[in-house]
Amino acid sequence: MTRYRVAVHIVPRKGVLDPQGKAVADALHALGFGAVRDARVGRHLILDVDAADASSAESSVRGMCDKLLANPVTEDYEIAGVSTS
Amino acid sequence: MKFGIVTFPGSNREIDASLAVTQGVGADVVHLWHKDHDLQGADVIILPGGFSYGDYLRAGAIARFSPIMREVVEHARRGAPVLGICNGFQILCEAHLLPGALLRNASLRFASQWVHLRVENADTLFTNAYEKGQLIRVPVAHGDGRYTADADTLKSIEDRGQVAFRYVDRHGNPLPDANPNGSLNDIAGIVNDRGNVLGLMPHPEDAVDPLLGSTDGLGLFESILARVAA
Repeated sequence: MTRYRVAVHIVPRKGVLDPQGKAVADALHALGFGAVRDARVGRHLILDVDAADASSAESSVRGMCDKLLANPVTEDYEIAGVSTS
Repeated sequence: MKFGIVTFPGSNREIDASLAVTQGVGADVVHLWHKDHDLQGADVIILPGGFSYGDYLRAGAIARFSPIMREVVEHARRGAPVLGICNGFQILCEAHLLPGALLRNASLRFASQWVHLRVENADTLFTNAYEKGQLIRVPVAHGDGRYTADADTLKSIEDRGQVAFRYVDRHGNPLPDANPNGSLNDIAGIVNDRGNVLGLMPHPEDAVDPLLGSTDGLGLFESILARVAA
């Protein structure tokens, strides 16, 4: 068993109104960052997981996302990185 | 006839719900703890309002896996009544007992105010004491009440009459200003396909006595009694 650090991004699905993202984009525009076309605000999770190898660490975290960490009705997730911690 | 009211860590309206049942319509209550594995013979389950598990991760996401939810899901699968109010609605969606999800209010503000609801379907287990189209006045108090579902789900629940309550203004018109959270189609409460599970964001249990400013919420509890009383 090796300890892996798995990072997950969870963001509101495209097409789902994200008022936080809109507020952030509006604030950035007000500060002169006019190049910002869109902003979405989600969550970044860092999980330390014991697993036999990197791919099983990733697949176990996918299972966690499907069951608890992300809501499939409104959110998408992606594994942002797997490293030995 | 016994109502089982579940308390999760962070629930805060379980006493309000209990008083609505005992003083409002004179039925019995048994209080259930989220770690229980037994509904203690309750005929109707209420998941009350509050902030279970601090709304961490997503409102209702962690409560959904509390031990008692296994029995609550079984109760619902048998066709027995389950009522989720506010946080309870969020938990029911997370538990897939109701379609869709509840997201942060579009205003990004906590909504604490009186609202008017229009009864959209008066044939359900939970609404038969009302008339279709009747307006009722009840309070809301939530930060995550924006009902969302994909287009197909939304069409399906509309077509099947699963929208029980809709936000309207005092004259009964659905207007953006009358919708406190940006819910799609001004949806305030829905029933499941089978009609034995209701979730709603407003608080009918806090509109059951003239002292509270309204008694319009009583009809919901009377409806349940009328159908379930045996």
